[in-house]
Amino acid sequence: MNVTTHKPSDFVVETHDVKAVNRKEDRGSYVSRQIIHPKRGRGFFRTVKWWLMAITLGIYYLIPWVRWERGPDLPNQAVLLDMTNMRFFMFGLEIWPQEFYFITGLLVLATLVLFLLTSLWGRVWCGYFCPQTVWTDLMIAVERFWQGDRNARLRLDKAPWSFDKIYKKSATHLTWLLIALATGGAFVFYFADAPTISYQLITGTASYEAYSFVALLTGTTYLLGGIAREQVCIYMCPWPRIQGAMVDHDTYLVSYRDYRGEPRGAHKKNESWEGRGDCVNCKACVVVCPMGIDIRDGAQLECIACALCIDACNDIMSKVGRPANLIAYDTIANQEAAAKGKTAMPKLLRPRTLVYLALIALVGGIMLYALNNRSMLEANVQADRNPYYVRLSNGDIRNGFTLKILNKLHEPRRFEVTVEGLTGATLKLAGANRSNNIVEVPTDVMNEFRAFVVVPKDVVPTMNENGHPFKFLVRDVETGRITRRLSTFRIPPK
Amino acid sequence: MKKEIDGATGTETTGHVWDGIRELNTPLPKWWLYTLYATIIWSIGFLTLYPAWPLLNSYTTGLLGYSQRATVTQQLKDAKAAQSNMWSLLEKTELEKVSANPELLRFVTASGAAIFGENCGPCHGRGAQGSKGYPNLNDDDWLWGGSIEEIQSSIQYGIRSSHEDTHESDMPKFGIDEMLDEKQISDVAEYVLSLSGKENDAAAASRGSATFKEQCVACHGEDGSGNQGLGAPNLKDAVWLYGSKKEDVVKSIHTGRGGKMPAWEGRLDPLTIKALAVYVHGLGGGQ
Repeated sequence: MNVTTHKPSDFVVETHDVKAVNRKEDRGSYVSRQIIHPKRGRGFFRTVKWWLMAITLGIYYLIPWVRWERGPDLPNQAVLLDMTNMRFFMFGLEIWPQEFYFITGLLVLATLVLFLLTSLWGRVWCGYFCPQTVWTDLMIAVERFWQGDRNARLRLDKAPWSFDKIYKKSATHLTWLLIALATGGAFVFYFADAPTISYQLITGTASYEAYSFVALLTGTTYLLGGIAREQVCIYMCPWPRIQGAMVDHDTYLVSYRDYRGEPRGAHKKNESWEGRGDCVNCKACVVVCPMGIDIRDGAQLECIACALCIDACNDIMSKVGRPANLIAYDTIANQEAAAKGKTAMPKLLRPRTLVYLALIALVGGIMLYALNNRSMLEANVQADRNPYYVRLSNGDIRNGFTLKILNKLHEPRRFEVTVEGLTGATLKLAGANRSNNIVEVPTDVMNEFRAFVVVPKDVVPTMNENGHPFKFLVRDVETGRITRRLSTFRIPPK
Repeated sequence: MKKEIDGATGTETTGHVWDGIRELNTPLPKWWLYTLYATIIWSIGFLTLYPAWPLLNSYTTGLLGYSQRATVTQQLKDAKAAQSNMWSLLEKTELEKVSANPELLRFVTASGAAIFGENCGPCHGRGAQGSKGYPNLNDDDWLWGGSIEEIQSSIQYGIRSSHEDTHESDMPKFGIDEMLDEKQISDVAEYVLSLSGKENDAAAASRGSATFKEQCVACHGEDGSGNQGLGAPNLKDAVWLYGSKKEDVVKSIHTGRGGKMPAWEGRLDPLTIKALAVYVHGLGGGQ
């Protein structure tokens, strides 16, 4: 029997003798982690990822330095989570602790947008925007800069310790640590005035908490982005487990088109393509994968949909002269149709996406409404419970109340307090101008006032023994805007 | 002992066999083990730096000398120091002018409530609502005067207390001392009830009116509107310290009354009494 041996020169493309290290079926529970050395990718998606990395990192590092004039005695940092004063500044918005539901709403909105994007294009968040992906990508680029591309790194790892190896390894880790430090450092800029705290950090005069958080974030960035990498996505992150619920037959996923690729096999120059698939089994898609998987095994939890395998495969396809996009963003429905020689219409508007869109519109609408109608005044009324009522010497009944008025504007305001719904009642506000019950609340302050409401004795018998509801009216003297608060007037048992 | 390796998994077994079943001796996850070691090292540092071991009569205090009691003492001291500004402002401010400074008034009201609860609450009630025999301090009816100075002086010297400057007066025990007989007392009571428009026996009231003019007007006034200088209550208003039923009034005339309040001078320092006076005055009935 003649055994044909092939020389490498018989093939157009290089074939990698490699197995995907994170294949589910090959992965034992007690097998130590196998280090992945992703090969450098080139192509459309890689370029997109470089740009997105620059943009997302740019946003993260630069946002704290954006200034925003708010007026005297107010921070001029555009985005600031002021923990000491319990205020959250976001450009023109100032959120108080009791308005934290705006943040909740924002997070709900972000989640719904994530659901929508996932049902349309799969894990675009994981592949392009997730901080874990972005920093890991950056750390891998650093590693490649110091230690070379995949093959050089493989050799270096196998090589015995030498000056060269120590130099390259320590340079890599040092650069990672510097990036991590910059990341942790930038994080605290969101919580204090960036120029001030950066100066304090450098001169060693910043608070103990600031240094702790810098250290913590430096540690986690180094550990998660530099060391743990794909392990975070595979073992720690809940999203891969959740996202499957948003994906269906019409979702565009990074897919290996097996109807076109199979049966796979090495392909020699000038060999016919009849009766075989387009996949030349070169494993270029495997070696570029930062997750250590083989996309040809189909959709799998480990795939973060970074699309680097699309670039790698398209490069090979152009070299062997086959049509591009053997690996591409495609839907399961379209692949099933294509296998039968048909094409499926893309279905972007499906019940699922429409529901997500409706929910986004609903939550967004509620938030916009709430934001436009948010009160810059907080008023609370507490009725005295001890005693419920006081009988005055002339027989009138008096109730005491504690009125709390919070002025959320950065200017002092005057409020006129009156009552509504109590016949013949008179109101006396301790600390107010007695003739008109006008109180002043300084800027950004909550003031407490004692309010005494007296109902004449002739009216008392007509009132509800179990408490007579009435309202306090707090009127902004300048704008005339009225805030009403319900309370109860109590009388002695009949 | 020789290591026994399980063929299927390549993991060592414990060496024990139960009904032919061998247990894998799967090693602990490294991260878990290292975390355990780290906590052990941490605990050594903790035990040396902080109070840890009980001894017979004391305990190891730790190198840092930390103690929760010292922390609390310091916090109390800090709290006092933080308030000292307001207290000295109160000291400097004239009694009637305290309520003109909203910030000071807020501070005094808050401190006053705490002081009141501790010292006055047992008799007057936590909310100063009073009870039978103990005046309600929220209303506008004052036995010894409702101005802020009068309130302060009542607190300072007490009512019928052992202090030499105390408020002093006595209502005769008309029944016990047999100054009036039962029928006269009943008639006077009817008259007293008529003063505030309460239900009464008109004939008895008019008989009582004569006795009232003889016996009561000296303190309670011609028209029964009382005299704050003598602590004689206004009998025409709607507030009744000992009750407004006829038997209550009869009892008051029969046995006399004479509620007592201790002098707080000496028990509380002058500044605290000042704060209390402001607080009580601000309860709503102050004049």
